[in-house]
Amino acid sequence: MSGTAAAGHALDLRGLTRRYGTFTAVRGVSLRVERGQFLTLLGPSGSGKTTILMMVAGFVPPSEGQVLLDGADITPLPPERRHFGMVFQGYALFPHMTVAENVVFPLRVRGLGRAERDGKVRAALDLVQLSPFAERRPAQLSGGQQQRVALARALVFDPALLLLDEPLSALDKKLRAELQDELKALHRRVGRTFVNVTHDQDEALSLSDRVAILNHGRLVQFGAPAELYERPRTSFVADFLGKSNFLRGTVRGAQGGAAVLEAGATRIAQALPDGAALPSGAAALLSLRPEKIAVLAEGEGADTVVGGRIAAWSYLGADFALDVRTDDLGTLRVVLPSWRAPIRPAEGMAVRLGWTADAAVPVEEDAAA
Amino acid sequence: MNALRRDAGWWALLLPAFLLMTVLYVAPIVQVLAISVTEPQPGFGNYERLLTNAGVQRVIGTTLRVCAMTTALALLLGYALSYVIALARPAVQRYWLLVVLVPLWISVLVRAFAWVTLLRQQGLVNQGLQAVGLVDEPLRLVWNEFGIVVGMVHYMVPYAVLPMLAGMREIDPRLLAAARGLGASRRAAFLRVFLPLSLPGLVAAGVLVFIFSLGFYITPAILGGGKTLMAAEWIKLQILDLVRWGMGTMLATVLVVAILATLVLFSRVVDLNRLFGGARA
Repeated sequence: MSGTAAAGHALDLRGLTRRYGTFTAVRGVSLRVERGQFLTLLGPSGSGKTTILMMVAGFVPPSEGQVLLDGADITPLPPERRHFGMVFQGYALFPHMTVAENVVFPLRVRGLGRAERDGKVRAALDLVQLSPFAERRPAQLSGGQQQRVALARALVFDPALLLLDEPLSALDKKLRAELQDELKALHRRVGRTFVNVTHDQDEALSLSDRVAILNHGRLVQFGAPAELYERPRTSFVADFLGKSNFLRGTVRGAQGGAAVLEAGATRIAQALPDGAALPSGAAALLSLRPEKIAVLAEGEGADTVVGGRIAAWSYLGADFALDVRTDDLGTLRVVLPSWRAPIRPAEGMAVRLGWTADAAVPVEEDAAA
Repeated sequence: MNALRRDAGWWALLLPAFLLMTVLYVAPIVQVLAISVTEPQPGFGNYERLLTNAGVQRVIGTTLRVCAMTTALALLLGYALSYVIALARPAVQRYWLLVVLVPLWISVLVRAFAWVTLLRQQGLVNQGLQAVGLVDEPLRLVWNEFGIVVGMVHYMVPYAVLPMLAGMREIDPRLLAAARGLGASRRAAFLRVFLPLSLPGLVAAGVLVFIFSLGFYITPAILGGGKTLMAAEWIKLQILDLVRWGMGTMLATVLVVAILATLVLFSRVVDLNRLFGGARA
């Protein structure tokens, strides 16, 4: 239980594919999670994320490809011989057993002696702060407590990996945020490799070391959360992870890591990071985060400036959300911190918006998105 | 005043059912009880026979033995069937259920005679066994306890399946996956998770089948061929053929008491299971 980062195991997925008849749920997914990392498989429902988790767990045999643990092929092993802890959707606690009996279950089926069992169960319950509830039945616990029992049960046998199938989806929003923090702290404490499945982008961003974004069974992008947020590869990633405005324009003159895009009468200055090139004359798509657009004061300038009128706005406490209608770029969503905001929003108000050349990123358009 | 009149209306609605229950059901049973201590002379003479008369004892022994075997076999077959149905896909479940329920719509008489034609000396089963060369002489498969048990099990399996299936459907299939994922083999997952959770249904099915079996009449009468007597047939024999009302009603009373006692026991077991099970939520 008191493992360090070295106690975790590295997981390799190589060309994982799963077909159901003519339907392909997962196609050719390859990725690698290092020891002790927290990986999140993120995608909308039907994206294949749960199928991937089930293949890692051993419940679903892959049609093609391999699952490797520390370089060893474990694809043919049945679930009970993989020694992975798993927290199921809805927790799947055994209703006829007490909390302690639930937690001791993995040890009992492994044939551990009583003394050893008792010690481990106590440590696991302490880890999730549930020792006072050891003799309760799952039905007598709150949702958050049940989730912690499921975690203790999945961690008590020092598993090689901890697999989590939408562990927080059954909880209300406030509790979810609390348990998100707890889960993160738990990951730090036990130092194991976690693989989490979710459709909640906030959860993915805040918990993970690595996020794999899936759509229609394909791995669309894989990387650290900030990397995915700041440099989405496709419009699907930009839209699914956070909110995004999409700007369409024609490339006019690109040189020296910078390009100018033309959309109607508007000229957009766009930086091109790391030698990315946009062929002159081609259509290009940019993703621009709402919080990176500034509302300009009079006389203030920016790399790109565009005028518009506020079509709708709402007050969100920390921010204003503005929908600004422009002539050439459609309606832009702008998030403006409400503290010392330069304007007091009103419907129909004329505003000037501006952003720097490095605010937006060029993205590919997803074929099926 | 108004409320009173409304209440009276409710009672009036209940009255026919109440009369039906008392006049046509409770009253005859009470009378049966009464006859058993008044015929041929007042006293517990008839009940004394329970301890002294070998014939009565043999009938009771046969009844209990046949019922126990029927219950055990019906539960075994029914459990396997329920397990398969409960874990099948919903579309497949409907067909399975139809297959289980169809026999219930066929007259018990037809089914008993069907078994006779199958199991008798020149029946299909014996002919088949002889043709294959497994036996030289036809086996005695009917007009004995074996035949009765076959017929009764056949009749009882649907009654065993329904309560067990209802119980098993309440079991979240993810619990089995969870058990496997936590290191349990298929066998261990079944023994430690599925079986305990299906136990209340199993007990309910067992009690239902056992109580039903105790009063069985047509199937044992036809498949027993008058040689193997069970309680219901013996009662009919006493009353209609030998006109010994006292003896017949005595055993009928014993049957009623046995069934009530089983039910009382059953309600305790079910309460215990409520304590163990998830039913508290």
